[in-house]
Amino acid sequence: MHHSLEIITLHKPQSLTQTKTETETMAKSPETEHPNKVFGWGARDKSGVLSPFHFSRRDNGENDVTVKILFCGVCHTDLHTIKNDWGYTYYPVVPGHEIVGIATKVGKNVTKFKEGDRVGVGVITGSCQSCESCDQDLENYCPQMSFTYNAIGSDGTKNYGGYSENIVVDQRFVLRFPENLPSDSGAPLLCAGITVYSPMKYYGMTEAGKHLGVAGLGGLGHVAVKIGKAFGLKVTVISSSSKKEEEAINHLGADSFLVTTDPQKMKAAIGTMDYIIDTISAVHALYPLLGLLKVNGKLIALGLPEKPLELPMFPLVLGRKMVGGSDVGGLKETQEMLDFCAKHNITADIELIKMDEINSAMERLAKSDVRYRFVIDVANSLSPP
Amino acid sequence: MEKVHQKEAFGLAAKDNSGVLSPFRFTRRETGEKDVRFKVLFCGICHSDLHMVKNEWGMSTYPLVPGHEIVGVVTEVGAKVTKFKTGEKVGVGCLVSSCGSCDSCTEGMENYCPKSIQTYGFKYYDDTITYGGYSDHMVCDEGFIIRIPDNLPLDAAAPLLCAGITVYSPMKYHGLDKPGMHIGVVGLGGLGHVGVKFAKAMGTKVTVISTSERKRDEAINRLGADAFLVSRDPKQIKDAMGTMDGIIDTVSATHSLLPLLGLLKHKGKLVMVGAPEKPLELPVMPLIFERKMVMGSMIGGIKETQEMIDMAGKHNITADIELISADYVNTAMERLEKADVRYRFVIDVANTLKPNPNL
Repeated sequence: MHHSLEIITLHKPQSLTQTKTETETMAKSPETEHPNKVFGWGARDKSGVLSPFHFSRRDNGENDVTVKILFCGVCHTDLHTIKNDWGYTYYPVVPGHEIVGIATKVGKNVTKFKEGDRVGVGVITGSCQSCESCDQDLENYCPQMSFTYNAIGSDGTKNYGGYSENIVVDQRFVLRFPENLPSDSGAPLLCAGITVYSPMKYYGMTEAGKHLGVAGLGGLGHVAVKIGKAFGLKVTVISSSSKKEEEAINHLGADSFLVTTDPQKMKAAIGTMDYIIDTISAVHALYPLLGLLKVNGKLIALGLPEKPLELPMFPLVLGRKMVGGSDVGGLKETQEMLDFCAKHNITADIELIKMDEINSAMERLAKSDVRYRFVIDVANSLSPP
Repeated sequence: MEKVHQKEAFGLAAKDNSGVLSPFRFTRRETGEKDVRFKVLFCGICHSDLHMVKNEWGMSTYPLVPGHEIVGVVTEVGAKVTKFKTGEKVGVGCLVSSCGSCDSCTEGMENYCPKSIQTYGFKYYDDTITYGGYSDHMVCDEGFIIRIPDNLPLDAAAPLLCAGITVYSPMKYHGLDKPGMHIGVVGLGGLGHVGVKFAKAMGTKVTVISTSERKRDEAINRLGADAFLVSRDPKQIKDAMGTMDGIIDTVSATHSLLPLLGLLKHKGKLVMVGAPEKPLELPVMPLIFERKMVMGSMIGGIKETQEMIDMAGKHNITADIELISADYVNTAMERLEKADVRYRFVIDVANTLKPNPNL
């Protein structure tokens, strides 16, 4: 953990280092900080147990959209955050960054949305809006970028996420939800979808006919299979056990399934893949995955293991291979991704849960016991006591 | 003496994994219709030669005649050879053949062909093992012969055939050759010093990254680097964080990637050309949160090797060498192991390699 704390310190979002502002706002309680009382579920310590939590949100400003939340996906990041796995959780925390809802108020400068629109809010709700990254619509790489939860927003107060009744967001960070995308199974696309789509575009992994390997079949992985197939790629799921094989092929549409613990099959697959999306969040061996790549192949790491991975040099050097990473995406490409998924009828495979089932859902998520994303039916099950 | 082919040859070979080189007589094939035969004048000593004579990579077969930075003068060409003629100054690098038809070969990247044959220690089509440039002459398919520009001194040009192409290829492939870019070069040895020279010739700003202060003066005043930073000094690293478009890492020992990744700008590229034997720790966060990349590269294709050496001719780029006689080679290997050379040994083959009359 010590090593990863070092890494976090180098890379944690800028907004969390504004300790002066934090001290100021500490004087007010979450309930009184802002004018509008809100109800949600939050975690108060690293036990990660979520329970009813009263807080408040700002008035709807001239650039803001207020969203009544219908559904919120449960991302693995939510679990890492409530348990403080990465060492930078500021409790109390209200997670949730795969939010779909209805716009109930729009500020006078808001042009893109009107009341009654179905909208989405993803991982990012703030950025400087004037740096090189922001100008390129890559708010995810803005040094002043703030996350939807567990971050200090542009107004200097702590952001609370989508496990709550509503959220107030600057219009730049609100997404139009395409008509034919269902709100519940479309919600996870706001994080899982863009996390996979963005690097596939950036690293040129969308050439029809090429061969994509998807390592790990969870929230990210199952969406990667669907998006990969939509790009016309041949898709092989790479997994440590064969139990998801039938699912992967018959239900998700993967072309083949490779079990990493089968030496013969692994050997036969050497040098056959143009790209690999590696979604595995536990520490794992890169060597066998790198071997699966063709010359010039690219492996994109999306999972965030607690410790560094071991990178063998010979496969990289001998085959001119590359290891890269990616973190969600900018807002423009998130919209592009939603429209792409709507066009290809891509949604997540979800298990809809009630708000008060969240703690057992988190326990199951920790064991990867979900096919493949929990989504909270917020509007129908979040009721203040 | 090994007598598989028609033409007698002599050189220096390692006979076992002690790595000690001694006189060795062997044979080479007749000049085939597509072959170029040349008398070896000079041969550079690459760090790979040291790894191979000691079988550190577990793939050496003995007797092993190393040498893949070879320059000389053409003595004979086969009937179908069109690109070279007798008397021309030519060289051979790390490859002597490839399949010619796979994707890599078709792209001119024979170095990534799965059937590529290296200049020494590899099985050739006639089931013999290839022998390298620590020898009196070479015979090689014209497709793998490089013309050496007239204005380049042959001894100092020889190391470019491996060290030069090894840094040139990834700089071009990864777009790290644009004027005004800021390139870091880690390690100042055979690869590193040539890396600095090519990067400067490409118009980039160059910072040398080293573990000790002692090469600073060299790097800046003699090699022309713009800046020098000591990787063990946290302040120097911190001041340079997020400033480099790309880094060419030539270090073959185990080392930490985290500070190097920190030196890169967003979307920066860390290119590994040194090949540490053990895996290195890869912190994933810089890749994920800053879209940085780690990639590898190995020598280059034949066409781009010619391109590289033509660029060297145009910009007068040569390696900094210590010319040695053939009988100094074992001492040179010992010094190379301790990185005690500025920056490549080159064997004066034609003048000092004599056949052993006792063999």
